[in-house]
Amino acid sequence: MTSLYADAHVSLLPNKSAELMTGTTIMAIPFAGGVVLGSDSRVSTGTYVANRVSDKIAQLSEHIFACRSGSAADCQALTDYVKYYLQQHTLETGRPPRVSVAAHLMANLVYDNKDNLSAGLIVAGWSPQEGGAVYQVAQGGTCMKVPFAVGGSGSMYIFGLIDSSYKADMTKEETLVLVKKSVSHAMARDGSSGGVVRTVVVTSEGVQRDYLPGNRLPFGPVGY
Amino acid sequence: MASSGSGYDLSASTFSPDGRIFQVEYAGKAVDNASTMIGILATDGVVLAVSKPVLHKLVVSSTGSYKRIHHVSKHVGMASTGNLPDARQLVSRAMEECFDYNEFYGSPIAPMVLADRLAAYVHYFTLHGALRPFGAACLLAAHDQDADQAGLYMVEPNGAAYSYYGVAAGKGKQAAKTELEKLNLHKPESRVSCSDAVKQAVKILTMLFQEQSENEGKPLELEVSWLSQATNWEHQYVPKDVLENAKTWAKEQLEADDDDDEEEHMEE
Repeated sequence: MTSLYADAHVSLLPNKSAELMTGTTIMAIPFAGGVVLGSDSRVSTGTYVANRVSDKIAQLSEHIFACRSGSAADCQALTDYVKYYLQQHTLETGRPPRVSVAAHLMANLVYDNKDNLSAGLIVAGWSPQEGGAVYQVAQGGTCMKVPFAVGGSGSMYIFGLIDSSYKADMTKEETLVLVKKSVSHAMARDGSSGGVVRTVVVTSEGVQRDYLPGNRLPFGPVGY
Repeated sequence: MASSGSGYDLSASTFSPDGRIFQVEYAGKAVDNASTMIGILATDGVVLAVSKPVLHKLVVSSTGSYKRIHHVSKHVGMASTGNLPDARQLVSRAMEECFDYNEFYGSPIAPMVLADRLAAYVHYFTLHGALRPFGAACLLAAHDQDADQAGLYMVEPNGAAYSYYGVAAGKGKQAAKTELEKLNLHKPESRVSCSDAVKQAVKILTMLFQEQSENEGKPLELEVSWLSQATNWEHQYVPKDVLENAKTWAKEQLEADDDDDEEEHMEE
């Protein structure tokens, strides 16, 4: 973007500040038999909220999803690629893909293009071999299998809450309650997170999508 | 037996009037005239066995430079016969496929996928006029991580690849196939364990070797490998003592069979 001023320079790097960013709070927690993914729904450019009801939980395959944070365009491009590669993989192997494969594909794409991307993702899902599994794919391209994952700008406000509330081997219902509560707390304090709380529950039986409207959060501005 | 190509056999991109591609068939002949190899799908894994004719007495023997069974990946082994340098190329390609697949998908390649890819590669060489087909067939023994079981595949010079319970290729393939069929490996109740499969494979290869009179007095070199639960699904050469035991057992069995045959004659 050339500037008219004499001391300006032409930058060939993408102008990230002008992009749509998902300020975001995203998280995923596995339980016995599946996984719960959760996110807020605010997409902003600076102070303007471009979309207050967006869906940040993208479907990569029948039982695998990815939570998106960072540049919306970058995340969408990445999830489109991974979805495509997983389709190819399913055609070749004749079986549904493992969550580890989806996470590996995502991490490789992020790592190979780290100079041009601004994206932090959580890949989570269910497969017959792994059960519920959650992987954190960070901005540099690291990929870690984790017992629970939380990301986006709102995540820093709820690390303490989740660290103290999380316990291993929770039931589906307990996990859902924790996810909804945590995202609500993050939305209360992070200006870049807001809107509704979207949840996706993935089990062997299938996928259940749900959302919690902003005025009915278990904790938030209304009950402050 | 084999009809002459009479003009239709000069290029792999020419069909004959009766729908055959002679160059591909001739490539098959390269396999049919080479030493025999056998693969057996056992209940707990896969066994590969190759009969290795002694090239020359001054060649450093055994599993040195003259290998017929290769490790393609930790969980994949390949035996080959036919034009040996061609076979070596297939081994190389299979290793690449395994590595690239793992690098891309983060998961070890499934046997079926590897077989399909190798078959597609081999087939490619039957389509282009400037290239010649591979004069080698290979047996793949591989472990499927998702299904947690092993698979045995054969890839032929024409690009066909099938999964087998038992298979043989090379000059003794007819006799070997007859013996394998007697084992009824396709019936669940007749399937054998890896240790038994090693014995059976060694017996068949020994029998074939002995049947050829020019082999009188010559040593038989065998290369046998397996991939099983016991090896933690890693492809390994069968330990020396196991192989020696199998050879001894095979010799005894064959002598007993010979005695039975002799007795039958005498009763008449």
